[in-house]
Amino acid sequence: MLELKKIKKQFNGRTILDNFDMQVKDNQITTIVGPSGAGKTTLLRCISGLEKIDSGSFTLDGKPFDPANNRDNDNVIGVVFQDFQLFPNLTVLDNITLAPQLVLKQSKTDAEKRAQKLIDQLNLTGKEGLYPYQLSGGQKQRLAIVRALAMNPKILCYDEPTSALDPDLRQTVEDIILGLKKQNVTQIVVTHDMEFAKNIADQLVRVEPIKA
Amino acid sequence: MLHYVSQILPSLLSGAWMTIKIFFWTLIASIPLGILASLGLTSKIAPLRWILKFYVWLMRGTPLLLQLIFVFYGLPIIGIIFQRYDAALFAFILNYTAYFAEIFRGGFQSIDPGQYESARVLRLTRGQTLRKIVIPQVIKIVVPSIGNETINLIKDSSLVYVIGLGDLLRAGNVATARDVTLLPLVLVGIIYLLMTAVATYVLRKVEQHYRAWR
Repeated sequence: MLELKKIKKQFNGRTILDNFDMQVKDNQITTIVGPSGAGKTTLLRCISGLEKIDSGSFTLDGKPFDPANNRDNDNVIGVVFQDFQLFPNLTVLDNITLAPQLVLKQSKTDAEKRAQKLIDQLNLTGKEGLYPYQLSGGQKQRLAIVRALAMNPKILCYDEPTSALDPDLRQTVEDIILGLKKQNVTQIVVTHDMEFAKNIADQLVRVEPIKA
Repeated sequence: MLHYVSQILPSLLSGAWMTIKIFFWTLIASIPLGILASLGLTSKIAPLRWILKFYVWLMRGTPLLLQLIFVFYGLPIIGIIFQRYDAALFAFILNYTAYFAEIFRGGFQSIDPGQYESARVLRLTRGQTLRKIVIPQVIKIVVPSIGNETINLIKDSSLVYVIGLGDLLRAGNVATARDVTLLPLVLVGIIYLLMTAVATYVLRKVEQHYRAWR
């Protein structure tokens, strides 16, 4: 379980998160909702270590945890970015296997074997040799999910996973997230889409803007 | 005429070899140095940034000819003596590194910061991120500008004439003055055209290679 205690984060003197508490339970889907500018993405960036918190603490499975300085490969926090941020110079397969080979020190064969399983699971079979620009929006997102899953993350975070997609692809994303839950993947989903949030959430966390 | 051409061709080719050597070593040294300098130009370390900005400003703001003269004829006054060839290479590498640094700086700055973040959450180190993700994307962006500079370098190499180095232009000029004929200079022009044609072909192939993705 990931626990956030009294998290405080400011940007340019403006408080975004103030004494924010949250618990992310294992194998569950936690959705973070709230209006635009409330700090949902900032919260996600703090959890994934892309932003340092000003004060407060994290614990992971009861032990102190610092996402911004986390080098433990057993505690990877995966992120699926709103705009996916795939590597345009790498093929689908290389996007997935690069980090497992360089960071987890998997052999090329092992990394590709695991990648192929995930590719098949998320319906990207046959796209292995393509570059990201040759994929549709939905395929790009599935690739971003596969790339994150290939690192065996302790928690997988999504930033507005439905915002860059056509409405009819929302159901596909729901199915993927709920499918991963069945495989015991702990997930945090930031969204402004309440209906989507309610459909997938085990726990719904609301972030409200802080009045100056 | 063919007999005359066969007589002067060895000296022209020897001059062309000097031109190629200067071109080749300048390119080999100044591209990686340009990448390093461009990283310094965007560094968070302010003094490093200031020094490199001054260096780029100085190199781009003064003629390469002046820099050549300064290195070969000027520096000996303060006890720094270069052989002709070394002076040429030194001045060319310094000058072209500055141009390439500016080109690469533009390339690095056009990379989406999200690419660095994406690599960071995947636990890639800074070096791995640069090598595998950022630099290939930067190269794709800068290839056309690097290509222009590469063609310029072939032609600029003729400036070594001023410090008495036996390059292609010098070989042609000597033959023209000695034999009172324009033919050597025409041949020099043809050899330069051949060299730029080869460079253009190679650069086009490099561009095609990077066209596989976008």
